[in-house]
Amino acid sequence: MTGSRGVGSGTRRRGRWLARLLALHGVLGYLFLYAPIVVLVIYSFNASRYASGAWRGFTLDWYARLFTNEAIGAALRNTLIVAGVSTLVSTVFGTMVALAMERYDFRGKLAFDALLYLPIIIPDIAMAVMLLLFFVLARVQLGLTTIIISHVAFNISFVAVVVRARLAYFDITLEEAAQDLYANEWQTFRRVTLPLIMPGILGGALLAFTLSIDDFVITFFTAGPGSTTLPLRIYSMVKLGVTPEVNALSSMMLLASIGLVLLSLLLQKGGGGGIEIA
Amino acid sequence: MAEYAIELRNVSKHFGPVVAVDHVTLSIRDGEFFSLLGPSGCGKTTTLRLIAGFELPTGGEIYIGGQLQGETPPYRRPVNTVFQNYALFPHMTVYENVAFGLEMRRVPKDEIQRRVREALEMVRLPGMENRRPNQLSGGQQQRVALARALVNRPKVLLLDEPLGALDLKLRKAMQLELKALQERVGITFVYVTHDQEEALTMSDRIAVMNEGRVLQVGTPEEIYERPTCRFVADFIGETNFLSGRVKERRPKEVVVLVDGSVEVLVAADREVGVGDEVTIAIRPERISLHAKPPDPRALPGRVEERIYVGTDIRYLVRLTEQTVLSVRQQNPGTDAMIRFSPGDTVYLHWRLPSARLLTE
Repeated sequence: MTGSRGVGSGTRRRGRWLARLLALHGVLGYLFLYAPIVVLVIYSFNASRYASGAWRGFTLDWYARLFTNEAIGAALRNTLIVAGVSTLVSTVFGTMVALAMERYDFRGKLAFDALLYLPIIIPDIAMAVMLLLFFVLARVQLGLTTIIISHVAFNISFVAVVVRARLAYFDITLEEAAQDLYANEWQTFRRVTLPLIMPGILGGALLAFTLSIDDFVITFFTAGPGSTTLPLRIYSMVKLGVTPEVNALSSMMLLASIGLVLLSLLLQKGGGGGIEIA
Repeated sequence: MAEYAIELRNVSKHFGPVVAVDHVTLSIRDGEFFSLLGPSGCGKTTTLRLIAGFELPTGGEIYIGGQLQGETPPYRRPVNTVFQNYALFPHMTVYENVAFGLEMRRVPKDEIQRRVREALEMVRLPGMENRRPNQLSGGQQQRVALARALVNRPKVLLLDEPLGALDLKLRKAMQLELKALQERVGITFVYVTHDQEEALTMSDRIAVMNEGRVLQVGTPEEIYERPTCRFVADFIGETNFLSGRVKERRPKEVVVLVDGSVEVLVAADREVGVGDEVTIAIRPERISLHAKPPDPRALPGRVEERIYVGTDIRYLVRLTEQTVLSVRQQNPGTDAMIRFSPGDTVYLHWRLPSARLLTE
């Protein structure tokens, strides 16, 4: 009796230690992932003139400076134009692709399906070089237009994947019910299909927007004079030395990205409720 | 021409190599409650979808109100459908769901309001206008689906197992309600079901389908009393089958030698020749049991089992080596109700027209 109890408490003790080790492992993992980000955000409030210098007190100066920096303002404008236009275009086309892939059977559907995933899995650098070559061969002047085209090229895939996931749950008899109630194909799409897949479309659009804002590699290769976006701007600022201003700018981009991704997840999770969110 | 609400002429539907509907010809009269009855996969739902226009026939012609439908899309057909899973629009309120068809047909707003209210009253759901479908019970959703279809005053209402998802008690109540509603509005109902009791209770006429074909069309009484083939006799209610060979033909009767040992007399209501393989169908409740032969035709048997069913006493009586008959005797509630016990020798008797001669 005592012997067996001894064994029991022994395993229990060992179990507790294992659990603690596991927890520690988890903490270290997250620390590794997020500590640099936390440091970055903290240093964006540091009064020191050097980005990696000692802590000299709290300040919002760096943020104030950002808003008066014209170069950064221009970069922000470019970024929003690129993200806005490429999101709009890729959301429309991505949704169309998703509908075609989910609803219709056609020759070469499987190959097309695989091609659709290519921009998601292909390394950015390979895609960037390909796009640059394409633009050079096509003799297209590099600038905002080429950046937008490139962003559309990868964003279509992301939007299509997200919208397809939503469509997979879609009950096709709802469309039949609409047609039974005298709605033609277009009215059925507008009144029934579109509102019901809207959370997926908005989710896809937000994802596209985020990806576009954050993209560096592809933008770097396809940008021309006067089309600098925020990530490119930050990169050139860092080349001159990391200033707290860079930290502040990065922090703000981080905040925007996290917000957008969270919103996108929220929308995709949104049940059959429909479009109240919009 | 338009004496029929719906006519199907030689309609077939193939899905690749699968023949879902096989040369179906049906005429459904105006104002009729018509059921398509059969086991799952018999083609009844496909037939309904062909009428609605969700599928186009591989062959044959469909007429609605005398009009050839051809490739007319669903939204231009004067029919409405109540779907099996209701298919209510989850992003719209009850009011918006019911108003949908009227809006699509550009009915004036005040008329829409009036008709939606009437339709909801008709299905006994007033005051639910602003609810969402997911806030309603199954029975309520069912009523909304019904109102959404009926509000358009279609020539024909198509119903695809509309009560399938409801529990038994609610289903029974809705059966009566649907039937009363149909009589009141006078719209032709085409009703798909696999539940033979439901079809018998509600229908003016029934088409029994199996493997894409219509086997028999008739009133519930005709289908039950005079099945023309073994499948129909077996599918509708409980039936005993006796197989045998025609031994002798008389002017009005046929003598069949069952299992090579027992002679059974049946009415000669179809052409058979001596030596033909035939089946005799007889309902369990049409057989009476007697201790002494009431008639020279009565057949001796041995009681194998007695089952108390409540309303009935069910006996299993062995007639021959191969054949055991099921017999239902009404439970009169007196001491005399249990008259036979396993092992007893009894005499089976039925009126001559109760036994049906079926050819294989």
